[in-house]
Amino acid sequence: MSGTFVGMPAFPAAAREAVRDTTLRGNLRHATHTIRAKRARAVAELDDWERLRQAGKRIKDRTLRHLDRYLVQLEESVTAAGGVVHWAADADEANRIVAELVKATGETEVVKVKSMATQEIALNETLEAQGIHAYETDLAELIVQLGKDRPSHILVPAIHRNRGEIRDIFTREMGEWGRPAPEGLTDTPADLAEAARLHLREKFLRAKVGISGANFMVAETGTLVVVESEGNGRMCLTLPETLISVVGIEKIVPTWQDLEVFLQTLPRSSTAERMNPYTSMWTGTTDGDGPRNFHLVLLDNGRTDTLADEVGRQALRCIRCSACLNVCPVYERAGGHAYGSVYPGPIGAILSPQLRGTASEIDASLPYASSLCGACYEVCPVAIDIPEVLVHLRERVVEGGEAVREGNKVRLRPAKGHAAERAAMRAARWALTRPGALRTGQRLASRTRRLHPRTLPGPGRAWSGTRDLPPVPAEPFRDWWQRTRGGKDGAK
Amino acid sequence: MSSRERILGRVRRALADVPPGEDVPVERDYLREHGERTVEETVDLLAENLADYRAVVHRTDTGSLPGVVAELLSARGASTVLVPPGLDEGWLAAAEVTRVPDEAGSTPHELDQVDSVLTACAVAIAETGTIVLDGSPDQGRRRISLVPDHHICVVRVPDQVVASVPQALERLDPARPLTWISGPSATSDIELDRVEGVHGPRTLEVVLVR
Repeated sequence: MSGTFVGMPAFPAAAREAVRDTTLRGNLRHATHTIRAKRARAVAELDDWERLRQAGKRIKDRTLRHLDRYLVQLEESVTAAGGVVHWAADADEANRIVAELVKATGETEVVKVKSMATQEIALNETLEAQGIHAYETDLAELIVQLGKDRPSHILVPAIHRNRGEIRDIFTREMGEWGRPAPEGLTDTPADLAEAARLHLREKFLRAKVGISGANFMVAETGTLVVVESEGNGRMCLTLPETLISVVGIEKIVPTWQDLEVFLQTLPRSSTAERMNPYTSMWTGTTDGDGPRNFHLVLLDNGRTDTLADEVGRQALRCIRCSACLNVCPVYERAGGHAYGSVYPGPIGAILSPQLRGTASEIDASLPYASSLCGACYEVCPVAIDIPEVLVHLRERVVEGGEAVREGNKVRLRPAKGHAAERAAMRAARWALTRPGALRTGQRLASRTRRLHPRTLPGPGRAWSGTRDLPPVPAEPFRDWWQRTRGGKDGAK
Repeated sequence: MSSRERILGRVRRALADVPPGEDVPVERDYLREHGERTVEETVDLLAENLADYRAVVHRTDTGSLPGVVAELLSARGASTVLVPPGLDEGWLAAAEVTRVPDEAGSTPHELDQVDSVLTACAVAIAETGTIVLDGSPDQGRRRISLVPDHHICVVRVPDQVVASVPQALERLDPARPLTWISGPSATSDIELDRVEGVHGPRTLEVVLVR
């Protein structure tokens, strides 16, 4: 099965490894630069883009600020339309519910539509352990699954692979899973897509159980929406007899009309298309068309903890378009695996430490996986101020303080690694509130400046390892000002 | 306590800062459609955007439609065509093909043996080059426009054409199963570069009928 993210090293260590991989750097650079330019063109076609963006933000804020009401409303409408609603407080519970639903059908294999929520809870691994084979059917997910690899991008989980690598994975692995790759498979994308079509066709046609996520759930109508390109989604959503959708509770929009905003902003932000090839919308079950049984599993798994943070909750507006990944200078160089989470890039850096808490080394390091340049905020179609949340989470890591974990208020202790930073800040606060001491210190620093080391000693070494220490001027500014009045007297 | 109660309780505690009765107004100051076009120009834009995403577009009138359909099927070499129960029979009057009815009992494997499918649509969106199917009798079950490799979709212009996504949603009924189709199936999963033709029909022909 595909690898997991458990026990990942902190971002700096993983990123240091990743940036040395020149193939990876090349693949990422090529892919992100291609999509960046296309997205800009697709967005420029709509002269009300900023108004759509603000409307999207407000719709999601409205949902989140009354989430309890909309969840209950959604449950009612889905149930009225013939669906069955399940509630899962965490990953284990969601996995247990899905496994039991699959077992009740008597089937031992399921076909899956690409879904971040099921990646997040490691559903495939759980099902496999219980003798149920889950086949990923999205092309990129297939590449990841066949390559026993980990996803590295929200939209294109195999973005770190180039066509040659994909050809090799298909040739080597497809036979193990079903129909082997055609003889003499080339590395042209059209041939690779054809190989995937042939390989998956038999699985679609015999599938009795489909598992999906959803991009949107409409509270007032009970409609679920899946946005896709290949048709694998349509196959999984319409051919099986049983459909199980695992969806995060934040995916709700209140009204049918609200879709008019996101169906314009999501495709242009993610694949840079006016519209993605296929969008499926279904409301419960329909007699004679599609699955006879529909189960919706509503997933919390840290979302309510995130909701409890007044600054951090905006991360729940995310519609998983991945535009922020594609413009991020850090993501472009480090790649998705370094983030140690199914949610990589800027959004992952604010989502993972909130969904999972900041207790682990990787989660405590993620708020620092950014240069705070703000490109992510500019492209975000729901205007998530990612830099603001990053800084907020850095503060939480360094200072500790109150947070909510699994529904309970907890007091986080300051992270260990930041003792020197805290000491430096305390010293600065002391000095900056005592002008006399500051003056004496600055004069001392100026007079001894030739003796200053080029790097900091002790715990400061890591900081100065990648930065130049600012040079200390020969004379403190305030002394210079008092002597020259800002150069007015012609003195220097 | 059930997980339902647990999650709803967590949500309510998390939102303790939200004043009771608060309403976040959603200002819809975005456009209902982009640009001003005559009906004719809107239809032209639909044709242009469909073609931009590699759908093959044909334009004809009601009288010539059966001939066009027959021609498309014969050019494709199709000998069987799936037919939704409520399709206008006249559309296939000139075609020499075996009609396969859309039946609840047919298996996906059987559908996979059929060469083509002919459907109507519910609405078409010019700005995005999208056709929407809603499972009405002239469109059939969702799977029939999915499994065969060749889909011919007839759009009545200008009645079924809207300019924008907001206008399309106004016309659609959320209680029906909806499929929005913009070009043949495609993927951007290899190096974020778009290639057409994966699991859905690899050839989509749209006939605009006046």
